[in-house]
Amino acid sequence: MEAMSPLERILRGIALTLVVIFFMFPIVWILLMSFQTNETILRIPPSVVFTPTLDNYAALITGKLQTAAGTLDIAFMRNLGNSVFLSVVSVAVALLLGVPAAYAFARHKFRGSEDIAFTLLSFRFAPPLLVLLPLTQYFQWLGLSNTYFGLIWVYQLICLPLILWIVRGYFEDISADVEYAYRIAGHSWFATFRKIALPLAGPGIAAAGLLAFIFAWNNFVFALVLASADKQPVTVGALAFVTASGIQYGQIAAAIVLSITPTLALALYAQRYLVEGLSLGAVKG
Amino acid sequence: MASVTQSGAGTRGFRISKRVLPYVLSLPALLVCIGILIPFFSAVIYSFQRYRLSQPWARQFNWGENYLNFFTDSGFWNTLRVSLLYAGTTVILELLLGLGIALLLQRRSTVNNFISIMLLLPLMTAPALAALMWKLMTNPGFGILSYFASLIGLENFRWASSPDTALLTVVLVDIWVYTPFIMILLLAGLRSLPTQPFEAAALDGVPRTFVFFRITLPMLTPYILTATLFRLLDSIQQFDIIYAMTQGGPGDTLTVFQVEAYLNFFQSTNVGRSAALLIILWAITYTLSNVFIKNWLRLRERARGEA
Repeated sequence: MEAMSPLERILRGIALTLVVIFFMFPIVWILLMSFQTNETILRIPPSVVFTPTLDNYAALITGKLQTAAGTLDIAFMRNLGNSVFLSVVSVAVALLLGVPAAYAFARHKFRGSEDIAFTLLSFRFAPPLLVLLPLTQYFQWLGLSNTYFGLIWVYQLICLPLILWIVRGYFEDISADVEYAYRIAGHSWFATFRKIALPLAGPGIAAAGLLAFIFAWNNFVFALVLASADKQPVTVGALAFVTASGIQYGQIAAAIVLSITPTLALALYAQRYLVEGLSLGAVKG
Repeated sequence: MASVTQSGAGTRGFRISKRVLPYVLSLPALLVCIGILIPFFSAVIYSFQRYRLSQPWARQFNWGENYLNFFTDSGFWNTLRVSLLYAGTTVILELLLGLGIALLLQRRSTVNNFISIMLLLPLMTAPALAALMWKLMTNPGFGILSYFASLIGLENFRWASSPDTALLTVVLVDIWVYTPFIMILLLAGLRSLPTQPFEAAALDGVPRTFVFFRITLPMLTPYILTATLFRLLDSIQQFDIIYAMTQGGPGDTLTVFQVEAYLNFFQSTNVGRSAALLIILWAITYTLSNVFIKNWLRLRERARGEA
């Protein structure tokens, strides 16, 4: 590896360039498309030379799209708001429920603890529709269909296992001795949890929260089955938008850019923790 | 404050809370999920019933009929075939590609680290939105990829709208999204390998192919297994990319398990068949996930041990 021949160096360079082009091109191309009018998008051959316009974004933000056939209402900002609300609240609830449980699993070997932990993990791998399709009927009986409450509840299936298993790993990495010492000094377990364990595991909890946010945001099938238009997040909303106004390509591209920017930004910010999070704590980055 | 109340409660409160505490801490999380377990049992019951939303009066137990019907149901065999083909193709290609990229990026350098961070972006794109991005790029009218195809002589290459190339197109999107997953797991694995065996091999002048097949690959196997099973579990259940791209079409070209179950439930309102399909898919994933969890646990223990 140290002694690379010039030929090998060139071949590696070419291979890496191809890899970068393949994985980056779609993002760059859609970004360019979002600043173009339909006329420049439809040019053949395609060209990267164009006068950029912000019209697509303006149309999405104002919710009014001027077309030859008249004005079209776009509810896309509503979808964006739903995505933010659903993801933030789901992660907050999952942290509230998951962090204490993770602490219990890390610190106490109690009867059935591993079974419970693995049951929670197994949700990560079960086919979502298996639960979602019967759930549509239960939600109708309970009056939960098309409510934020019902959606946030179901979103726990994504967020809870992730938070539980990642945060558990972080708690296990902290030596219990510090906590014992603090307990012996006469503090309650809650004070110990709050003053010692939580701050020490803080970065891990934050990373797990960010990852859970990304997964909640990127989810598609839960809201597709359980929510109608006014509660749908961007993943479902963008598809509906494509179906409704199939020829407004510039706006579609702009909608995609707005939808993927938050998760991509968070991923770059939290990239140090992604390896551990994506493998549910099995591999350290 | 806390210390004052604690000293007042004495040792008795301490002992009780120590026994009950773990349950108190983990119960809320469990309760939230148990509510969601009930639909699972409903699905099992539905799968043994003749149950169509359009004919609720005809609903009755027909026991194994939904399952027995699958033997003579060409739609079911198509679903099984497409699902396995999709999962097999994506996982094998992503594994080879991911391993290759991880090896290219193995050495820590500014450029390599920058590239490995950039490659996270497709993975963090919602698969449904990724499918829409590729839909725009493969549009027959103006799509850049259709244009590239025409440049190399493939006039009117119809990507996802032709039964011949629909699978290829969704597999391509899957590769774009998920290859980075395998890549970052294997890269973390490669970088955590001990250096001595490689130094010794270099000192002895052992050929590089020998080093790769006899040292690198065997040491990397736990990582490869975990990454592969992880992907296999997700890939056999793929819904987002296929549904957003073609809704299972054209025709029944891409009716993988979850897409077929979704269409059965909402379009042909055949709840019984839909549930039976999902139960079969669940049996497959359950078996796979047991194998997966064993490997995953071993890897996890190793990571915790190193900490």
